Amino acid sequence: MVTVRVQTAPFDQANEIDALLDSQKGGGGLVTFQGLVRMKNGPVSIRSLTLEIYPGMTERVVSRFAHEAKERFHLDACLVIHRYGRLLPGEPIVLVATHAPHRQAAFESACYIMDHLKTRAPFWKYEETDRGGRWIEQNSADIDAVRSWHA
Amino acid sequence: MTVVYFAWVREQVGSGREEFPLPDDVTTLDGLLDWLTHKSPGHKQALSDRNGLRFAVNLDYADPQSPISDKDEIAIFPPVTGG
Repeated sequence: MVTVRVQTAPFDQANEIDALLDSQKGGGGLVTFQGLVRMKNGPVSIRSLTLEIYPGMTERVVSRFAHEAKERFHLDACLVIHRYGRLLPGEPIVLVATHAPHRQAAFESACYIMDHLKTRAPFWKYEETDRGGRWIEQNSADIDAVRSWHA
Repeated sequence: MTVVYFAWVREQVGSGREEFPLPDDVTTLDGLLDWLTHKSPGHKQALSDRNGLRFAVNLDYADPQSPISDKDEIAIFPPVTGG
């Protein structure tokens, strides 16, 4: 089972994980990752983070690599919820959960999905800080990380 | 055809979406970018460094060499920053 949602609303991690586990009777391992808006970027305080999406393409791209992860790591289930719109420091942005018969696949697939979210999924982040606003640039370490999955 | 822009490309172009007939002699994404560059100073600024941009045709990532048609939706945007 692959579930992908791109939404402005907050999500409840406990409810989402309960629902995922209810659908999985085989046991094994579950890994969850939650990403939160930073409070600071170096010395600069962050006021808000606004995420823009490309409606239609964002869901399509995320769904494609979530299915790739399920195939590649033989997952029982994976869940990706990614928010957009204006978020405040400390608010959850993204939830990834992977369920597999063995822990290694659950850990690795969660990393695989996050690396692809960082570099392939059409999201753009605009950060408002005490010193003004700026569009966040892609991080070269994230690009290296995603390439390593396809080397 | 439809061209959509995101993030700072949208801001510099001054619009998120434009619709117009496929210009004569334009057959590829690269050709469209050449044509768009002359549309306004904002377009010229946004499209000045093509290596720093990413493109999609009908919701799939595409190279500048990709053929395009009048029915297509083209997207032009900066490298993505999700997660």
